[in-house]
Parts: sequence; structure tokens; C-alpha cells
Amino acid sequence: MKHRFLVLLLFLSTFCAAQDIASFEKRITVKHLPNGLTLLVCERPEAPVFSFFTLVDAGSAQDPKGKTGLAHMFEHMAFKGTDKIGTTNYAAEKLALEKVEMIYAQYDYERHKLVGRDMNKVLALEKEFKAAVAEANQYVIHNQFGEIIEREGGEGLNAFTAEDETAYHYSMPANRIELWAYLESERFLHPVMREFYKERDVVIEERRMRVDSQPTGRLVEQFQSAAFQAHPYHNPTVGWMSDLNSFSATDASRFFNTYYIPADMTIAVVGDVKASVALPIMEKYFGRIPGRPKPEELDTVEPTQNSERHVALQDRAQPFYLEGYHRPNYQDPDDPVYDAITDLMSDGRTSRLYRSLVRDKKIAAFAAGFSGLPGTKYPHLFAFYAVPLPGHTPQEMREGIHAEIERLKTQDVTDDELKMVKTRYKAALLRGLDDNAGLASQLATAQARYGDWRELFREVERIDRVTKTDIRRVANKTFDQENRTIAIIETAPPPAAAPQQQGETH
Amino acid sequence: MRRHSLLATFLFALLAFTTLAAQTVTDWKQIKIPPLPSFNPVEPRRIQLPNGMVIFLQEDHELPLIDGIMRIRGGSRDEPAPKTGLVDIYGEVWRTGGTAKRTGDQLDDFLEARAAKVETNGALDSTLIAFSCLKGDFDDVFNIFVEVLSQPAFRDDKLALAKYQINTGISRRNDDIDEIASRESLKLAYGADNPYTRVPEYATVAAITREDLVNWHNTYVYPNNMILGIVGDFDSAAMEARLRQVFEPLPKGPAIPKTEIELHPAKPGIYFVPKEDVNQSAVRMVALGTTRRNPDYYSIEVFNEAFGGGFSSRLFNDLRSKMGLAYSVGGGIGTSFDHPGVFRLVIGTKSQTTIESIQALRQELVDLKTRPIDAVEVKRAKDSILNSFIFNFDTPDKVLRERMAYEFYGYPLDFLERYRTGIEKSSTQDVDSIIPKYIHPDQFAVLVVGNSKDFEKPLSSLGPVSTIDIAIPPPPNQAAAPPSQ
Repeated sequence: MKHRFLVLLLFLSTFCAAQDIASFEKRITVKHLPNGLTLLVCERPEAPVFSFFTLVDAGSAQDPKGKTGLAHMFEHMAFKGTDKIGTTNYAAEKLALEKVEMIYAQYDYERHKLVGRDMNKVLALEKEFKAAVAEANQYVIHNQFGEIIEREGGEGLNAFTAEDETAYHYSMPANRIELWAYLESERFLHPVMREFYKERDVVIEERRMRVDSQPTGRLVEQFQSAAFQAHPYHNPTVGWMSDLNSFSATDASRFFNTYYIPADMTIAVVGDVKASVALPIMEKYFGRIPGRPKPEELDTVEPTQNSERHVALQDRAQPFYLEGYHRPNYQDPDDPVYDAITDLMSDGRTSRLYRSLVRDKKIAAFAAGFSGLPGTKYPHLFAFYAVPLPGHTPQEMREGIHAEIERLKTQDVTDDELKMVKTRYKAALLRGLDDNAGLASQLATAQARYGDWRELFREVERIDRVTKTDIRRVANKTFDQENRTIAIIETAPPPAAAPQQQGETH
Repeated sequence: MRRHSLLATFLFALLAFTTLAAQTVTDWKQIKIPPLPSFNPVEPRRIQLPNGMVIFLQEDHELPLIDGIMRIRGGSRDEPAPKTGLVDIYGEVWRTGGTAKRTGDQLDDFLEARAAKVETNGALDSTLIAFSCLKGDFDDVFNIFVEVLSQPAFRDDKLALAKYQINTGISRRNDDIDEIASRESLKLAYGADNPYTRVPEYATVAAITREDLVNWHNTYVYPNNMILGIVGDFDSAAMEARLRQVFEPLPKGPAIPKTEIELHPAKPGIYFVPKEDVNQSAVRMVALGTTRRNPDYYSIEVFNEAFGGGFSSRLFNDLRSKMGLAYSVGGGIGTSFDHPGVFRLVIGTKSQTTIESIQALRQELVDLKTRPIDAVEVKRAKDSILNSFIFNFDTPDKVLRERMAYEFYGYPLDFLERYRTGIEKSSTQDVDSIIPKYIHPDQFAVLVVGNSKDFEKPLSSLGPVSTIDIAIPPPPNQAAAPPSQ
């Protein structure tokens, strides 16, 4: 019944963030634990289920030098169980895992020696390493952590790592709240780096799948590296191949100890839970994670770009166009202006890029511009991309996009356009409110990024204040040739000598 | 005093116990799980009009939004082969081509200003028209929905635009190994030339005319082929009256022609698509699956969960966690509502372990004979399906969509409940009876898309290899030739 109130409020055509916050205020409780961890519970008793979102304020931007991909690797390890889950004998397994690490360190040192590498020694150590791994493996109960969650009705069990953060999430029947709190806290209380090197192979396959064997994956990786030279956004989240082939379980533990500190973790639970019941349970379990000092903030600042950069991939795939411009991070007062530009340029068949490149010029199948490449926490890129129609070139995409950027710089957007952008923004927020998983993710993110979940709703007010002048000003400030990186796929002809494949035709 | 101290001791004991309990829960098995509160989702109201149209109304007052979707019988499996792509294009131009009163662009402006949508789409067995709006805009948006449904104009400029789009898809369809593997393995499972597997070509797209779109609309868009579902913040009685007023006058149409589809699975064996610019192979092993009307369906579901679904299945445990061969691995006996699904095993592995991975997948199938799914695995699979069962109907929208699907395919409307019972009843013996019936390790068509020069052994070490030519046939009129591979 409490939703009636919410409905009335939201239904007012002048959607007012303050009133909306007031309605959520009654359903949301935030608790800061002594160890620094932030818990948020949002009561939404529509059905006896809940979703959660654990946000760790560390991502691949925190990967140590020479160990890119480590944040993502740890995320995989957070599914490998604990000292009680996934093992038949932890005491023995612990010793066996320590031995694995000791031998791996010698093996890795020897095989990467620049001078005086002894191949026989490398091979002997490799053999010894494999034997140590086999010894440790005898105690493993494979995937028991995930098995418990699935067996107990967990739905959508997954996690992701980005440049800015790492997140873990799934949904459960409401009667499993305590079991969930136990499992989710144990995962960060007693993580065990078991089966690390096999899982590293799995992660390498993930890289092959998403980057190496995908034309746009190959392109975006090169693009990002060209656009960022000093800042860690230079490096792909999944990591460079040689780093993946080298880092150790010891490295992953060190990463965990440095960055998975309660003060940098926010956990939001949304669904059929009562704060008065759920919070004490959550406090009991998550309060056990020891507080640790905050790691140093990443303070490398990408220097101002002073010349246009180009990446051209001669690839067997069809042509593609991508360009990006450096912009400030999400805390910048102009952040909502960039959001407005994204909507105006990209959203749907009324968007400027669609109408110009797709509908009128008939040169592209799709075109859009958006912020957040490769993250938003630090200064990042506003990117545009276009998919050329057959027979059309990346050069034409570039000209088409630049014509629209020029229009943005020199002419005011219309009143109708600006009104549409604002209306759509409000409606999009509203449409996201009836989904436990989506709400958990949005609330946790707002809480972590701003220290206050209410900012999720205040974004609407910020968008409402964007003016035509703002849009012109920000376009002029950002979309400059010197600030631009361009990446294209140029279709290369098949190798001339390639023999015609013979066989059945299907 | 005595009394008091006794009470104090008692209280202390109680407190101590609580504290102790909080500290000693170190094993997940000790955590008590209270029963899940009973939950009966609100059922949508089913209304059948005299002209055959079926309507489901599902009130949901949480947010001031109203969404609707109409599914109309007839889809791409019913389109003529020389015009493959017709339903894709119809599904696009139906909306973008505007109505008798307004162009598609005018509809875009009107709707987007209200953050509303009316969209159309073509699918395998149906076409769809849907809307979404704020409650306050319902009248305006619903009028457009009805206008698009009943008076589409299929303007030529938008037909041309849709053809450009679909031709772009054709030109790019060999860029990604997973897309190639999915498409070509479907052809192996069902046969290369049937409506389930045909793909648009430049020539079939060029053959499609505005008249074809109009004919399609006039053949299929009749109330007796329509199922409409509306969910959101409205009053059912008022909504019903409104819908009756709009839809009851529509005359019933003729029965739609039913397309007979023959399936011709490819011969078992090894099939290969060369792709030089990758370091991973996309592997698919396929055979025919079955339908959900099959009495074995429930046991098949349990089998699939244990064998190839989720984090604790055999395929995930063995090929991913133990062998480290893949990030993506899984599969099972596919089922569809009204035609056999595809029994499909999927793995993506580095070029250098391609043959090893195929052998490992085959071994998993062979092992089922000597090591059938055991009671522990069956229990785990059933628990997993049943404990997460609530997620099939935890939102009004999901309940509505389930009911609409059962209505569309002529399944009992309580099919979900039957499903739960079927899973509950499925015993280890039932699950294992599946194996000799459906698992024939040597009867699969094995497709590899990859870079053969990096394979650890020749693919032919597994048997004779048929290479599939995926070259894109050039357009009929070379003058406007898009580049082809």
C-alpha cells in the first residue's frame, strides 16, 4: 500500500526529485559499520525475493604495473570458495597452496630472466610447479561456492570488473537472507586462491573471446591505449596477454588485501526484506570483515592531449569508425550536460546522428555518441561511433559525425529537443524503479560514488538545469581536433595467396 | 534475591547463547532457512472477444506506467524462400513507414516528446507490436498503437532504409566467429534450406516489394490471430471496455496458411569454417532436440541442469574449472514450444586446444553411459530449479508473458505449475532413462570455426572434414555492389 503514495508523487507531471526522495526515504536505510563498510537496504515487498549488489571501489585502474588484468582475475577467484567451502581439508590445502606459490615464484623468475636463463631449470621448475598444483588440487571441491548459491535458488549469479569498480550480484528467495549474508561476507573474509592457474587459463580464454577474436574488441583496445598515455585507462580491464601469463595467486591476494577494504565496499539489498530484520543480520556477518587502511588514491592525471591521434586497423572485418574526446570525470558540474548531449545525439530515431547519418545521408546503419569510455570515475572519453553501410567508408562517418558536432557548437538546440531530453531522462529513471536488481545496482553506485543514494534522484534536477548555452559551451570546449583520437577498421583484402577452400557447400 | 539472581543467570545464559550463536555460525549448513512465505502472484484476466482475439490484463500499480504487447501469428518461418528477410523488413517498416495519417518521422517526434514507444518487430513464428508510456499519455499513445496496427502505410523511403540496414547485416555476418558458428550450426541441426535456418541474401532482400509488406499485413493481421497483453497502472474494467470498443468491430479473418516444415539434419561428422584472424575456435556440437510437449521434458530439464547448465554442471566443472579449456562452455538438449529444439554443446577454446576440447566434450557424452547422472547430481539440479522457481513469476510482467506464451502455443495456462510438479516428480531413474534415448555421442554434427593452422593436430584426426563455404553471394545488380567477402 505504501506504493500508492509513491505513485501519486511520481505521477505529478512536474516530477520532483525532492518528493521522490521523500518516498524512498521511508523505504531505504543506510548503515555505516565500524569497519567502514556501507550497507543499504531498500524495502520493496512485491514478491518474496531480493537482489543485492556488492560494489567494490577498485577496478582495473588499480591493477599494479606489469600485472594488468589482476582486478578481473581476483573477481574470478571470488567464486572459488573459502576456507570452509570448496575444500575437503583446508589445513592441508593451505600448505599445498603455499608450496605452489613458492615454486611458481622460482619458475616465473627463471623463465623471465633476461640474461643467463637456464631452459633446463625452467622445465624442471615447470614440472615441479605442475606437481605442486596437482597436490593442492586433491583437496578441491570444484565450484562448491556457486553450487550452494544455485542449489539454494540463487538467480543470475554473476560479477563484473570494470576500470572503475568490481561488482558482485545475484538474486535469492527472501528466506535466504541470512545464508546470503554468510556467503557474501565469507567470500571477502576468507577468500582462498585455489585453482588459480587453471582459472587464469579461463580468463585468458575470456580475453581471446572478447578481444583477440573480435574485430571491435581489437579496435577498442587499441583506441583506448592510444587515447590514454599516462593514466591506467590506457590498459584493458581484461589485461595484456603477457601479464595474464605471468601474475600469481600471491599477486591476487596482495591486490585483495590492498583494495578489498570494507571502507571501499558498498552493499545494497533490494526486495522483500525488512531493514529491522535484515540489517542486524547483515551487520553481524559483514561486521566481521576487519577494517584496514584506505589505499593511496590513484593520482596520475592524463596530460592534456595536444594532437589528434589515429589508429587504423587493417582487418578482415567490415569497416568501422570510432572517435573520442577527453572530458572531465563524473563529478564535474558539466556532467549532466554531457548526458544531455548523449541523449540528443544518440537516443532513438529522433536523435541527430540517426536522422543525419542513417536517415538523410544514408551512409550509416547506426551512429551514436556516449560518455564513459572506458570508465567515469576519472577523466575519460566522450566517444562517437558509426557503422558504415556497405560501400561507405570510415572517412564518410567522420565527416558525418563532425558535421553534427559542428551544428551542436554553432547553433542552439531547439526548445522541443531540450524538453524531450529532460522528459526522457525522468521517464528512464522511473522505468528503472520496478526492478530489484537494477535498483540495487543504481542505489549502490550512487551511494558509493556520491556518498548518498539520493543523488540518483537528484540527477534529474541536474539535467533539468541544463540550458542551450550549456550544450554549446560544452561542445565547444570538448569536441576539438587536438583533443581527438580516431580509430577505424579498414577492410583488408584477403591474403592473395590463400588457396580456395574446397568442400561441401551449405 | 534468589529469584532475581536466578533470573539474571537465565538472562545471562540467554545473552551468552545469542552471542555464541552469532560467533559460531561458521558453516553455511548451520544457517536455518525459514519457509518461504506463500506467494500467489496476481493472475492476469483473460478475455476472449467473439472475433477470436485474446486479451490479458494485468494490473500493476507500483509505477504510473502502462505497457502493452500484441503477438500476431505468422513469422519468418512462413515467408517464401525467394523473399527471405520479408518478415524482418516488415517488422521494421510497419512502424517506421508511418500510418495513413502520419509519417513514421512524425510518430517518432510525437512519441519521443512523451518518452513513449510504439514499436514493431518480426520474429520466427509471429510479429509483434508493443507500446510503453506514462499513464497520463495512455490515450494518445494507445491511439497511435491502434493506428499503426490498422492503418500502416509502409512508405517506400522507409522500405529502402530497412533494406540498407539488412544489407549491412548481410555484409557483416562473417566478421564474428560466434555469429558464424551459431548460424552454420543451426543449418547443420535442421538442414541448410528450411525456414528455421535460411538467412537473407542481397538477392532475396532486393526481391521484397512494398506490395509484399501490404500482403503480409492483409494475410495475418486479424483479431483471431492476435493475443494482446497489457500490464500497468490501469483499471481493468475501464480498460476492458475501451479495448472491446476498439477491437470487437474487427472482422474475423480466414485461418492462416500453415507452413509445413521438413527438417533434414546434416550427416554426423566434422564440419569446418576457416577463419584466419582469430586465436580461438568456436565449436558447436549439434543434433535435433525435442519439444516441451514431450513427456520426457521435465527429466530433460533436470538432465540439462546437471550436465551443462550453471556453475556446478559437469561441463562447467570439467572443461572450464578442471581443464581450463574455455571461458564459455555449456549446453543441453534444446526444447521449443512447437518444433524440436537443438541439442547443442558449445565451447570457445584457444586454437591450440581445439581437438582436445572436442574430444573432451565427446568424452562427457560417452561417460554418461558408464557414469549416469547420480542421485546427488539430480538432487542438486532439482533443488536449483525448484528453489529458484519463484523467479519465473516474481513480477506481474513475467506472469503476463508466461500466460501469453502458453496461449500462443496452445499450452495449458497452468503449464508453469505443471512444470514445477514435473520437475518435483522427476526421479534419478527418470533422468537416467533420458540418456540411452537422447545421447548418441557419434550422432552429432561437430562444427569448428577457427584458424586451422594453429590447431594442435589436423581436424581430420577426428574424421573426414567437410569445409563449409560461407562466402556471401554478391548482389544481383553488381552496379550497386556492396563489398562481399
